[in-house]
Amino acid sequence: MSHLTKKLGKADLLGVVVLSAVILVLFPSVFGIFRLNLIGKYLTYAFVGVSLVLLWGNGGILSLGQGVFFGLGGYCMAMFLKLEASDPIATKIQTTPGIPDFMDWNQIVKLPLFWLPFKSLTFTIIAILVVPALFAFLIGVAMFKRRVGGVYFAIITQAVALILSVLIVGQQGLTGGINGITDLKTMHGWDIRSDSAKYILYYVNGALLIGCVVFTRWVLSTKFGMLLLALREKEDRVRFSGYDVANFKTLAFCMSAVMCAIGGAMFTLQVGFMSPSFVGITPSIEMVIYTAVGGRMSVVGAVFGTLLVNFAKTFFSEEYPDLWLFLMGATFIAVVLLFPDGLAGLYDRYGKPFVLRRAARAHSKPKATEPNVAVATALESGGKHG
Amino acid sequence: MSLNEVGSMIAMQGFSGLSLFTVLLLMALGLAIIFGQMGVINMAHGEFMAIGAYVVYLFSQLTQNYAPGLREVYFVPAVVAAFFVAGAVGYVVEMLLIRRLYKRPLDTLLATWGLSLAMQQFFRSFINPKEVSAELPEWLLGAFNPTPSIQVPRNGIFVMGLTILVSAGVYLLMLKSRWGIRIRATTQNRVMSSAVGINTDRVDRFTFALGCGIAGLAGAAFTTIGSTGPTSGSLYIVDTFLVVVFGGAANLIGTIASAFSIAQAQSLLEFFLTSAMAKVLTLMTIIVILMIRPQGLFTNKLRT
Repeated sequence: MSHLTKKLGKADLLGVVVLSAVILVLFPSVFGIFRLNLIGKYLTYAFVGVSLVLLWGNGGILSLGQGVFFGLGGYCMAMFLKLEASDPIATKIQTTPGIPDFMDWNQIVKLPLFWLPFKSLTFTIIAILVVPALFAFLIGVAMFKRRVGGVYFAIITQAVALILSVLIVGQQGLTGGINGITDLKTMHGWDIRSDSAKYILYYVNGALLIGCVVFTRWVLSTKFGMLLLALREKEDRVRFSGYDVANFKTLAFCMSAVMCAIGGAMFTLQVGFMSPSFVGITPSIEMVIYTAVGGRMSVVGAVFGTLLVNFAKTFFSEEYPDLWLFLMGATFIAVVLLFPDGLAGLYDRYGKPFVLRRAARAHSKPKATEPNVAVATALESGGKHG
Repeated sequence: MSLNEVGSMIAMQGFSGLSLFTVLLLMALGLAIIFGQMGVINMAHGEFMAIGAYVVYLFSQLTQNYAPGLREVYFVPAVVAAFFVAGAVGYVVEMLLIRRLYKRPLDTLLATWGLSLAMQQFFRSFINPKEVSAELPEWLLGAFNPTPSIQVPRNGIFVMGLTILVSAGVYLLMLKSRWGIRIRATTQNRVMSSAVGINTDRVDRFTFALGCGIAGLAGAAFTTIGSTGPTSGSLYIVDTFLVVVFGGAANLIGTIASAFSIAQAQSLLEFFLTSAMAKVLTLMTIIVILMIRPQGLFTNKLRT
């Protein structure tokens, strides 16, 4: 049976290879820069999708506040870019030159203290990774140590998303308010709005995403991944076995937060602005549906799910704007009732046996019985390893 | 500023806190039944409130166009109708959707969020994409002046009265009636309840419908305060959930206490800060308290 498991491993690895080919080769060769930039934007949401596979699909912890981390990453990057865009020469018509335009409009005459470190790119990059992780750590420790979980965790993370978005909108002078931080131009003098920069950013984004996918798959294959799965199934039993459950949950939450933040930072770089509409409740739940459509257990599936939902969103909101929300609502319901394993579940059910049969036939023509064994194993493991 | 003026200011500030309290409580009561008692996360709860509001709007349009003479009286039957329409929709939703998901609370959350999106688009496509408001009868307009410097809006008094009535009704129903016993028995131990002859499916369905009906009542009451738009319902959903969770999910008295404290805190803070910051501070306080005391303010003393 050992070569069969090897084949199964190959079939799983196949997903990552196909994904990389689609992102790095297929899309750039088929689409022009405008569409490619749009896809790049969708792929930044896929970071959240992947993070939810780790946290929700495998750990059973549903966070409805992933937009918070996406936003934190995005805002850190936006603050750096905004400071660079508001040098004293570019902003000389303002009452106070050298500060971001929205501060000037809000009668602020001095750069607030927490903006100062964002003049340094190194600090910004560290902040993108550390701020969300710290925030997630605080929330995680506070909630998981008190054994708040499941539905309550979902509601409280949702409330955190609400708080942060209300806070950003309310503090217009410090954060740019409802419009967000706009008019971002250069990064260390490099014009991020030019076509060549957009190509480069697309590839950087794609590579980072594939990195996150591989990292998540690796995490899930370790003992920690097994523990997460065990936590989802029977938390008490894991606790009684002597594991400190809260620490593992907090770690998973922090990992997912960092992934979201990388996505957010790449979003700001590619789209050129960041606003509270990516922080609040609606985007946070919408990002959950990307994962659900792709398959909550499947890392690769989550990326395809994100792309599919966003293609559909763009298509329908351009062609039939009235239909889109109905369709979105129906997707939520259908995914829950009919396809709880999403696209990846469908693939495991119908696609994988086919691939395996082909592979098995190619390798061992004389033995006629083996393909069936392969199919049976694939079906068995279908729901467990995506 | 004279002492008298300070007195009236305190009185009016107190009333605005009370008014917010009744609004929060009315919103939370339906959810206290659906989420607190049944454990169903109904993210479409706000849209059920919108249904109630739209029913009142519909009645108001009909009276305006076909029977202008009834303007003073249409409101009462409209509120009753709001209860039954929202309840009926809830009944159907339970039958088609919720029933299949009792064992998967997180999935219920996603499915009902989808439902809320579809309902919002329904309001937008088939009723009115803009905000609408009902033509109110005279007796709900204006203010009531006990002294020259104190003004108490009549719609606030109406909402308050309705809230007291509904809370008392829900309290009696849940804790004193046979129906309430069945509901509590079912939520505490489904298998045992059905073994002693309770039709648990039927209990679930009617309980869910009741919660949705109360949401409809809340929506109807809010037409006296503000206008209704397709997304009005979703604005309040998180606050509503927090009220219920903060109070201790399965405890009605807790819901009342939590609505009261949240409303008073928020209206007091609004006096000193902008309303956005007041909201942020209130929500943050709730979350911090919930982290220290995850079970909420009040808990039922029982084993589940």
